[in-house]
Amino acid sequence: MSRNNRRLLADGVARALVYAMALLALVPLSLVLLYTVVNGLPALTHVDFFIHVERPVGIPGAGVAHAIVGTAVMVGLASLMSIPVGVIGGVNLVEYGRARVASWIRLAADVLVGTPSIAIGLFVYALLVAPFKHFSGFAGSVALAVLMLPVVIRATEGAVALVPGGLREAGLALGLARWRVALQLVLPAAAPGVLTGAMLAVARAAGETAPLLFTGFGNRFFTTNPAQPMSALPLIVYHDALTPYPSLVEQAWGAALMLILLTLVVNLASRYALRRQIALAGKL
Amino acid sequence: MVITTAVALLVPLVVIVIVLLLAGGAQPAIQQFGAHFLLSSAWNPVKQQFGAEPFIYGTLVTSVLALAMALPVGVGTAVFLAEPSLPRIRGTIGIGVELLAAIPSVVYGIWGLYVFAPWLLMHVSRPITERFGSVPVLAGPARQTSVLAASIVLAVMILPTLAAISREVVRAVPSGLKENSFALGATWWETIWKVILPAARPGIFGATVLAFGRALGETIAVTMLIGNRPQIQTSLFGPAYTLASVIANEFTEATGTLYPAALIELGLILMLVALVVNLIALLLVRSVAGEGATR
Repeated sequence: MSRNNRRLLADGVARALVYAMALLALVPLSLVLLYTVVNGLPALTHVDFFIHVERPVGIPGAGVAHAIVGTAVMVGLASLMSIPVGVIGGVNLVEYGRARVASWIRLAADVLVGTPSIAIGLFVYALLVAPFKHFSGFAGSVALAVLMLPVVIRATEGAVALVPGGLREAGLALGLARWRVALQLVLPAAAPGVLTGAMLAVARAAGETAPLLFTGFGNRFFTTNPAQPMSALPLIVYHDALTPYPSLVEQAWGAALMLILLTLVVNLASRYALRRQIALAGKL
Repeated sequence: MVITTAVALLVPLVVIVIVLLLAGGAQPAIQQFGAHFLLSSAWNPVKQQFGAEPFIYGTLVTSVLALAMALPVGVGTAVFLAEPSLPRIRGTIGIGVELLAAIPSVVYGIWGLYVFAPWLLMHVSRPITERFGSVPVLAGPARQTSVLAASIVLAVMILPTLAAISREVVRAVPSGLKENSFALGATWWETIWKVILPAARPGIFGATVLAFGRALGETIAVTMLIGNRPQIQTSLFGPAYTLASVIANEFTEATGTLYPAALIELGLILMLVALVVNLIALLLVRSVAGEGATR
């Protein structure tokens, strides 16, 4: 075989391998989705699943209403804490940030994204559970807020940076103060992107288990009071999957399917919103 | 401006407070065991003996194995995604990889426990231990929840981090390099292997270290799959324990002062290692692809 043919052959083989690697990356995704849908659907076909709470094993009609509400309350509170702070922080990085300080804050945000979520759980335990000797939904929401904060900051920063400088200059030329330019011109123009980032953070928080283990802790009963321990969908999946009872395992799969649906919908919707943001930035 | 800067400074503050509070909570164990804690393999809550070694070992072994499996797939995917041709297929695979990152850890856990681990035991672990059981790394008896099961699922979970950041790094390589290489008559693969990947090497190394950091701290899926036994054993098919999973499993049951403090110290070790690994990785990635690459 001539040298050139050998090179072409190597090229073809390598191309095939690279394509195979890329396709291989999709295999686990399809398998996880397929099995979660197949195993989770039976639980979701009962209305009980959505409106009742846990019952002793063997008694029919159990559900995860307490966990759905727990997830909603804890993620909701976490959003109230982290989204405003994250948006303000993200706007600051672009609009006011002195390069060096902004760069450090960015680094800290990226470090926080990579912080083991179990360490965040221990941290909030030491901060809010140990001193009061009481697990609470509020502690769980603080742990989730810590997880969400860097995601919201980085997403806001990305969206705000897409807003063209001409818009800011136009505002300043009209005599607006800088904070009004940031708040009334730049932020509205960046809103779709900011919203996307916030939704992604919400979806991520809704799926987290580790930070809730020693904060929200879980609760067999229905409560909307964040001063009480609270259950959440990921906690249901984690605890029920490890039991030997088929009915509880089925419930765990059902909760897992709900989590998957939530993350899929939010992620796909956010792609659409982000595309609009980029189109909008192009028009401005 | 002062207000918004103060708000933004909250982020570094949180990182520092996490380390300080964990260090505070770990004090009883630090005072009792000192540096010996890191090297002791005793873990017997009844006798109040605590050592971090089995957990450090389990964490490192699963993370390194996961990385070894995810690296070729992740970089291959990144090279594929960074090419400009076939936009539709690339778009689909790109979305797929992003969704892989969005699936909650606990869903990987339940899938691993009920679907993947039983399959692995029947079709991989058991046949291998029966044939090659005399090799220590492949020794039996094979178990469903094992180092191998946890590592493979972990590999899937860090794949998106590797692929996404490597793609940014590969894209950041100046296109002139590629054009020159083609102009000199190099094939596509020669260009990738001898021009683009060498230029992207520091960034890909950074992405690898970043993924390693994620693997170290991954908790729930690993806890459900690793078998949770605090001992150092060399077989791929046997159980082990990691820093994060022992905390997840035992913290709420830990009574007394020393037991919870020992678990918090494990958390402190994990936090500090993840912090250092992340910092190194982020600085490497930024030096190649800029600060936006890790967004």
